[in-house]
Amino acid sequence: MLKRYNINRDILTLSAILIIIPFFFQNDFYYEIAIVSLLNALICIGLNMLMGYAGQVSLGHGAFAGLGGYIAVILGSKYGITPLFSIFIAVVTMSLFAFIISKPILRLKGHYLAMATLGIGIIISIVLNVEDELTGGSDGMSVDSFTIFGYEFVDSLQWYMLCSFLLVFTIWMFSNLIDSPFGRVLRSIEGSEKAANSVGINVSHYKSIVFVISVVIATIAGSLYAFFSGFISPSEASFSHSIELVVMVVLGGLGRIYGAIIGAVILTILPQLLTSFEDYQTLIYGSIIIFVMIFMPKGIASVYEDVKGRLFASNK
Amino acid sequence: MNEFLGFLLSGVTVGFIYALVGIGFTVIYNSSGIINFSQGEFVMAGGMSTVFLLKAGLPLGVSFILAIMITSMIGIVLYKLISFSKESSQISLIILTLGFAIFLRGLAEVVFDKELHTMPSFVGDSSFDMFGTTLTYQSILIMIVSIVIVTLLYFFFKKTKTGQAMMAASINVDAARLMGINIKKILMINFALSAAIAAIGGVLLTPITSTNYEVGIMLGLKGFAAAIIGGLSNPFGAVAGGLVLGILESLIAGYISSEYKDAVAFVALLAILFFMPGGIFGNTKAQRV
Repeated sequence: MLKRYNINRDILTLSAILIIIPFFFQNDFYYEIAIVSLLNALICIGLNMLMGYAGQVSLGHGAFAGLGGYIAVILGSKYGITPLFSIFIAVVTMSLFAFIISKPILRLKGHYLAMATLGIGIIISIVLNVEDELTGGSDGMSVDSFTIFGYEFVDSLQWYMLCSFLLVFTIWMFSNLIDSPFGRVLRSIEGSEKAANSVGINVSHYKSIVFVISVVIATIAGSLYAFFSGFISPSEASFSHSIELVVMVVLGGLGRIYGAIIGAVILTILPQLLTSFEDYQTLIYGSIIIFVMIFMPKGIASVYEDVKGRLFASNK
Repeated sequence: MNEFLGFLLSGVTVGFIYALVGIGFTVIYNSSGIINFSQGEFVMAGGMSTVFLLKAGLPLGVSFILAIMITSMIGIVLYKLISFSKESSQISLIILTLGFAIFLRGLAEVVFDKELHTMPSFVGDSSFDMFGTTLTYQSILIMIVSIVIVTLLYFFFKKTKTGQAMMAASINVDAARLMGINIKKILMINFALSAAIAAIGGVLLTPITSTNYEVGIMLGLKGFAAAIIGGLSNPFGAVAGGLVLGILESLIAGYISSEYKDAVAFVALLAILFFMPGGIFGNTKAQRV
C-alpha cells in the first residue's frame, strides 16, 4: 500500500527524524530555528523544482514570499479576514501575478527569468518600504495570531508540527509529481529543450507552470512565517533574502529534493552559530559559500551520494 | 528649463558611473558567460581603499592608483577561485560570485569599518554656472574620465592584439582557442579589467555620494540593469544603458517621486526584458524559443 501512494523510505526517514528532533530541543529558541528552517526548506523545494528541473533561476523568491506574507497579513488586519482564507487569497493573487510575468519572459532562452525576477523582487521590496500607510514601512507591522477554524496556534510545538507536516506533505506531492507524466516532461526539458520541443512539448508553458507552483509554495511559507513570528517587515522581501534562498538550493544540491532541505537547514543555522564571531560573521559566511562552490559545486547532497555510492559499490 | 538641465546633468554624471559598472558586467559576461555579482563590491573596494590610503597619509594620486591596483588584484583572485572550481556549471559559478561579494563586504567591515566615508574631490569642491545651472568640477571630471575610458576601451578592443583576442574569445571560445589564443590569460585580463574600471567608478563617485562597505549592493544591481538595457554582451551598449538609467532616475526623482528613485532602474530593466529582450540596440542573442 505504501508503494502505491509513493511513500518511500526517504519520506518515512524524514518523518521519523522530524518526530525525534524535538526531544533534543532545550528551549523555545531551538523551536524557532527549527520552524524557520522548515519554512525555508519549503520554499527551497519549490525553488529547486524551478532551478533543478526547469533550469530557470529565480532571484526574487524572497520577495514573492514576503509579498505573499504581506497580502495575507494586510487582508487579516485591515479587512478582518480569517488567516486561512487570507492565505488562500494571497496564493491566488500571487499565482496569477507569477503566471502573468512568466509568460513573456520564459519564451526567451538563457537566464532571463533570473534577470526579470531580480528586477521584480527589488521593486517589490522598494514598494513595501515606501507605502508605509499600508505596510508600516521599514518598521514593519505586527501580525495577529494564527487560527485554523478557530483553533489557535500559540505553542511552538504546534507550529513545529504544522510546518513539519507541510514539509513532508509537499515532498510527497513533489515526488509524485516527478514520477508523473508531468515530471517526465520536466526532466526531458532539463535534458534537452530542443529535443523536448521537437516531440511536441510546449516548453515555455511547462516552465510557467513550475514557476507558478514555486511561487505558490513561497507565498504559503512566507505567510506562515509572518503569522508565526507575529511580525512582518520588508527585510523578508529583500534581495538578500532571495539570494539566500538560491544559495540554499545550490549549496544543498540542485535537482535533489533532500538537497534543498539540507541547504535550508544549514544556512538557517549557520548565521546563528556565527554570531559569536561578531565582526567576522559576514566574512566567514561568504568564505563558506565560496568554499562549497569550489569543492562541491553540485552541492552537499552530491557529496553524501558519492560516499553512499562508494560504500555500496564496495559491497557489491 | 534650468531646473530640467540641472536634473539632466546630474543624471548624466551618475549615469556614467552606472555605465562604468555596467561595462564590467559585459566584459566578464562576454568572455565567460558568468554574471559577476561582485561587480558592485569592486566599486566599493575602489572607493574604500582610496579613502583609507588617503587617511594613511598617501597623496591622492598614489592612493588612486594603488586602489585601482588593489581592486584589479581582487578581480584576479575571483578569477583564480572560479578557475579553481571543480565544475563549471554556470549557476554554481554565479553563486560563487555572490559568495565572493559577501566575502568582500565582510572583509571591508573587518579591514576598514562600518562608517560612512567621504573624501575631498580631486579638483576642489567648487562649482561654476553654465547654461543657468550649477555644475561641480567633480561631475565634469566624472564625465571626462568616463569618456576617456570608453574611448580607450574602444581602441583597445579594435586596435590592439590583446583586445582583438578578447573580442574573438567572446564570439567563439573554441575557435579562439584553436587560433592559439590563450583563453585563461584572456579571462584573467577580463576580470582584472572590469575590476579596474569598477574601481575607477568607485573613486570618482566617493566625493559626491560618500561610501561605506555596503554601497556596492545597489550600485552593482543598477550597473547590471544598465548592462541589460544595453544588451548585456556589448560594453558600449552598457554605456548607453547607464546614461539612460542615470537621466531617467534623476528626472523621476526631481519631478515625480524621490522615494521611488531606486525603482526606476528595475522598472526600466523589466520594460526592456518584456519588450526589447535584446537591449536597446536589438542584439540578436536573445532568441525566442
